[in-house]
Amino acid sequence: MKVLVAAKRVVDYNVNVRVLSDESGVDLNNVKMSVNPFDEIAIEEAVRLKEAGKAEEVIVVSVGSSACQEQIRTALALGADRGILVETDEDVQPLGIAKVLKAIMDKEQPEIVITGKQAIDGDNSQTGQMLAALGGYGQATFASEVELGDGTVTVTREIDGGLETITVKLPAVITTDLRLNEPRYASLPNIMKAKKKPIDTYSPADLGVDVTPSITTLKVSPPAERQAGITVETVEELVDKLKNEAKVI
Amino acid sequence: MGILVIADNDNETIKTPTLVTVAAALQIGGNVDVLVAGSGCGAAGEAAAKIGGVNKVLVADNDTYRHDLAENLAALVVELAAGYSHIMTSTTTSGKNFLPRVAALLDVGQISDITAVVSEDTFERPIYAGNAIATVQSSDSVKVITVRGTAFDPVSADGGSAAVENVGSVTDSGVSTWDREQIVERDRPELTAASVIISGGRGMQNGDNFTLLESVADKLGAAVGASRAAVDAGFVPNDMQVGQTGKIVAPELYVAVGISGAIQHLAGMKDSKVIVAINKDEDAPIFQVADYGLVADLFKAVPEMDGLL
Repeated sequence: MKVLVAAKRVVDYNVNVRVLSDESGVDLNNVKMSVNPFDEIAIEEAVRLKEAGKAEEVIVVSVGSSACQEQIRTALALGADRGILVETDEDVQPLGIAKVLKAIMDKEQPEIVITGKQAIDGDNSQTGQMLAALGGYGQATFASEVELGDGTVTVTREIDGGLETITVKLPAVITTDLRLNEPRYASLPNIMKAKKKPIDTYSPADLGVDVTPSITTLKVSPPAERQAGITVETVEELVDKLKNEAKVI
Repeated sequence: MGILVIADNDNETIKTPTLVTVAAALQIGGNVDVLVAGSGCGAAGEAAAKIGGVNKVLVADNDTYRHDLAENLAALVVELAAGYSHIMTSTTTSGKNFLPRVAALLDVGQISDITAVVSEDTFERPIYAGNAIATVQSSDSVKVITVRGTAFDPVSADGGSAAVENVGSVTDSGVSTWDREQIVERDRPELTAASVIISGGRGMQNGDNFTLLESVADKLGAAVGASRAAVDAGFVPNDMQVGQTGKIVAPELYVAVGISGAIQHLAGMKDSKVIVAINKDEDAPIFQVADYGLVADLFKAVPEMDGLL
């Protein structure tokens, strides 16, 4: 069985993102870029399926500029077998990415696709669901536990009131939540080995996919700042302020 | 052209996020229809008809829709989509699950988690965990949108008298089945509906110490939340998590106890009206967003607060 993992190159989660003064976007100059943390969990889950003997091959795919090779190499160092870069300088939106992934799925015929529940830049939380819809596949989003069955996968999902368990026929698309696993760190020998693993490159046009976005960002502005508050000295003062000044209790 | 809002319902009642989504839909303008899908959901359909400003309620009552399986629910919405300019639902785990499927099947983009309506095709939404606000414009023929549950004042749950229509169509995709759920039963209000929330972080040290917060919560009619650090440490279950990857809340009063204030937590609560921080570390970032900060040992301050309420 093949497992396909989709991973996005995003601003590292430790970077304090700053909005550009001309409001055209956020400052990406000299900013550390990483694999989207939820996608790292997806890579880990796929590699564990391989280590458990349930998957034969883990393929990682990324859509974006040629710089995405760095993130593909990271995934290869974590245990993926080979990479696919769908190279484009277009700011591809979730529907475009889903169409690209669908084309890759048709080519590679994986039984499971795993990706993050959202990317930490756009915070859209759409790509996995859209891919499942385009292929007519079942989906299991926000997964916190994945168990492979015979032609099916049983997934425990994080939902608003708690947890829910569903069973989905393969092929299926799974999106990862935080508590699915704890990704490993790449070891130096594995980083060296990853350099020799193959990466195929395609353009969206090679795959017959139009990735022109339908949603335009007009401007990006900083969020409204909160006014600095006051420090109270005692619990008594705090309760008094809440009752008589803020009037919230 | 009209707007279709897919209701968040438990077969009996309509949840607050739907009232917020209807408010956003009314801002866009046009007739707002509400779809209630469920199993034995007649009561929820009647409740939807009473929502202020609603034009028509569509009820899809079938066992297929009992557990909001994305494949079946999306197929239903796509079937009903003709004639609507906007298809909207709330940014709940269910909404986030099925709506992108609807968008893809209609071959349009989705605008997730809007916080403001600029015009019928232009919206504001947070990106980078709320560290930036993007104003986006859609050129799609149908706008598919999720609405942040704290971003608009909910419309009234009563006063409306919309017509109720039954929808007969049923699609069971057959690719997924629901097995079971573990819903945590609590006597307190839900986080996303509470007007007061008291949350604990890593500083709580263990799960048992959350009883300190529960005691205060009971006196204030508050919900109890937690930071990701407290959830990851195993103190409390994940459904209590407030933050970018947990629940986004905006209560009247938010009390952060033993929470340092990581960006990801702030993203989930900084729109609260009044924020109180209790932390023994005076340099904790939480104090930068707090209206009232108390530098103190929580194990002394919280019981003292409890005694004063």
